[in-house]
Amino acid sequence: MSAEELKQLKPGQSPHEPEKATLEGKNKFLGFWFFLGGETVLFASLFGTYLALKDSNLDGKPAEELFGLELVFIMTMILLTSSLTSVYAIYHMKNLDFQKMQLWMGITVLLGLSFLGLEIFEFYEYVHHDGHTFTSSAFGSAFYTLVGFHGAHVAFGLLWIVTLMVRNARRGLNLYNAPKYYVASLYWHFIDVVWVFIFTVVYLMGKVG
Amino acid sequence: MSTAYAQKNGFFAGLWDYLTTVDHKKIAILYLIAGGFFFLVGGIEAMLIRIQLIQPDNEFVSAGLYNQLLTMHGTTMIFLAAMPLIFTLMNIAVPLQIGARDVAFPFLNSLGFWLFFFGGVLLNCSWFMGGAPDAGWTAYAPLSTTSPGHGVDFYVMGLQISGAGTLIGGINFLVTIINMRAPGMTYMRMPLFTWSSLVTSVLILFAFPALTVGLFLMMFDRLFGANFFDPSMGGNHVIWEHLFWIFGHPEVYILVLPLFGLFSDIISTFSKKRLFGYSAMVFATVLIGFLGFMVWAHHMFTTGLGPVANSIFAIATMAIAVPTGIKIFNWLFTMWGGSIRMTVPMLWTVAFIPSFTLGGFGGVMLAAAAADYQYHDTYFVVAHFHYVIVGGVVFGLFAGLTYWWPKMFGTMLNEKMGKLAFWPFFFGFHLTFFIQHFLGLMGMPRRYWKFQPDQGLEIGNLVSTLGAFLMAIGTIIFLINVVITTIKGEKVSGDPWDARTLEWSIPSPPPFYNFTQTPLVRGLDALWVEKRHGNGKMTPAEPLGDIHMPNNSFIPFMMSLGLFIAGFGFIYQVDNSSYLILAVLGMAITLLSMFVRSVKDDLGYHIHKEDLEKGAGSE
Repeated sequence: MSAEELKQLKPGQSPHEPEKATLEGKNKFLGFWFFLGGETVLFASLFGTYLALKDSNLDGKPAEELFGLELVFIMTMILLTSSLTSVYAIYHMKNLDFQKMQLWMGITVLLGLSFLGLEIFEFYEYVHHDGHTFTSSAFGSAFYTLVGFHGAHVAFGLLWIVTLMVRNARRGLNLYNAPKYYVASLYWHFIDVVWVFIFTVVYLMGKVG
Repeated sequence: MSTAYAQKNGFFAGLWDYLTTVDHKKIAILYLIAGGFFFLVGGIEAMLIRIQLIQPDNEFVSAGLYNQLLTMHGTTMIFLAAMPLIFTLMNIAVPLQIGARDVAFPFLNSLGFWLFFFGGVLLNCSWFMGGAPDAGWTAYAPLSTTSPGHGVDFYVMGLQISGAGTLIGGINFLVTIINMRAPGMTYMRMPLFTWSSLVTSVLILFAFPALTVGLFLMMFDRLFGANFFDPSMGGNHVIWEHLFWIFGHPEVYILVLPLFGLFSDIISTFSKKRLFGYSAMVFATVLIGFLGFMVWAHHMFTTGLGPVANSIFAIATMAIAVPTGIKIFNWLFTMWGGSIRMTVPMLWTVAFIPSFTLGGFGGVMLAAAAADYQYHDTYFVVAHFHYVIVGGVVFGLFAGLTYWWPKMFGTMLNEKMGKLAFWPFFFGFHLTFFIQHFLGLMGMPRRYWKFQPDQGLEIGNLVSTLGAFLMAIGTIIFLINVVITTIKGEKVSGDPWDARTLEWSIPSPPPFYNFTQTPLVRGLDALWVEKRHGNGKMTPAEPLGDIHMPNNSFIPFMMSLGLFIAGFGFIYQVDNSSYLILAVLGMAITLLSMFVRSVKDDLGYHIHKEDLEKGAGSE
């Protein structure tokens, strides 16, 4: 703890799991898992609300006419890939290879940004071409709230990871920031998993429903 | 850094210390002051309600104000009084009971408090800004979504902010209890209060996000034109009922479980006996926590979910009586044959058992779905939940505060005055609420501003109001006791109750690092084991060494302040979009504070071994 924690770790040194080498790290690790448990209930509540209201489109287009699967499929692939690249980043973190970790985190951020850009484009199309807005019907409110909550999580995750990367660019990996990288990647996996459910429940079930 | 823990004097230094503190014992005191204040506010609201109902056709308050009073009484008592006072007890006791130097995340502990505090202040600002929320503490849509003015908006924003604080607190205690236990403190050696705090924290973690979502949906409906609860736009207001009670039912167990744990500790201490059926008590606590999530729709029997849903939820509800019964009997068996000392904490505890049991009987009656159609929304329900919440939670808070007062302040509340406070409160409580069962069965609906003469409701309401005054007298005597005790300030030893658990093995109040050396736990009731089989002192588990401590921080205050400002912005942007500036400004303060927290290394500091030997920090 203290100054010892800030000593830069180099490839080939120990420990193998720098994110859990200190008590603070262990606490962050466990606490973040619990936080994700709470987030699960949050998204479950939003999914439940969406399922209850998905057919309440009033005069607006129903889900099967509104959604196109091409764009959403590309978005899904991008986000899944970004989860994979964050796994690479953590793999390199466990080898204490800071540069490679930063590189893969950077790629994760780029993929996340392109996902977010496509999502904004998608929303823009709905609003301007299909008249499907937040206030047009209960379906609209539920759709934008569920998917928008996820989008906001992606945006927050990007800000978080970029802050981490810039902050630590010069100082390298140490026992103090390793847990921070690790929980950021946990968070990133979580929003990826949530998206898999959104893809299934909102888009796929929307097309067949 | 040896000056970091030097005492600074003066009022402003002290104030700054409390604004920035991350010490769980000081945060407990903050929770006590804020929660105690809101308890008095909620109590005054209750008195005004009872005065309005003292006679038929009373005109003491207007109908609109009455709705605001009953809404704010419930909301304040649950979220701003009971929850923070429970966090007082958890903060003072849990780290000490497991032999830890602080909670797992001291910074988050402080953040949790300030979020609760600013959320509570925001909610109560509504009184001075056009009227308080008036849709009941349950805020059912569409009553809440169509309520004019900004009252319900304050409800939504205030609870959202303070709810975030509670969630953070829950995660913090979970990690603390799992990761920070002293050597030898296995799960099955933890004091029951710690056990029940663990289960409560799990409940907080999985229940509060449902409220978060519900409040977001209501905020979107009221402030941003969404249609979740508007049937004319395809919405469905039953969604609110579900989300609210998926949170709301676990919430009542969040309130009462820590006090179940506390009562177990108190009964064991003042009966000089090991708790009867310790492992059954742990099992019952966990089972109550689990079943607490399975019964939310018993609040919605009359909503029309159908006979199958009603039956399932009725049976699940009745099932909770089993683990609760296990607890009641184990408490009785612990006292059986013990050498009982009727101290003030024990008095509240002994009074709790029959009072809470009566509340439980009412609960089982309400759980019968078919009969509930008769009880629903009558004073029978009011009587039931006050029996469990006052008889369980408030009795427990009085017991717990008296029990741990020496640990918090190093001085003891006067026993005689404590008993003097107990008796009027106890009799007042039963006078107020027992008769309300009958008022309900006679058909008096809850939340009504007035009742009619010549329907046989006069006597019952008069008795109920007189009881409320007795409760107020009891509370005032308790407060006088606090003032007198504080002025006298007689110091007591570390173990004034001759108790059994770890928190009593260190001085009162403890030094800010709690344990000079982490203790080695050799059994259940760690201190009692040493008293019986050792030399009465804990054996250290480590040699004397440097102690790592976290730094104080002002950032939690700023983060919460930002959300408080943003809250006003979101509420008033409906009237004038230039208020959005306030929302942006507030969010900017919060995000900037988070950013500063992220980029600044906060490593804490060490108390050196040599200073410890000289007695640094101990007063």
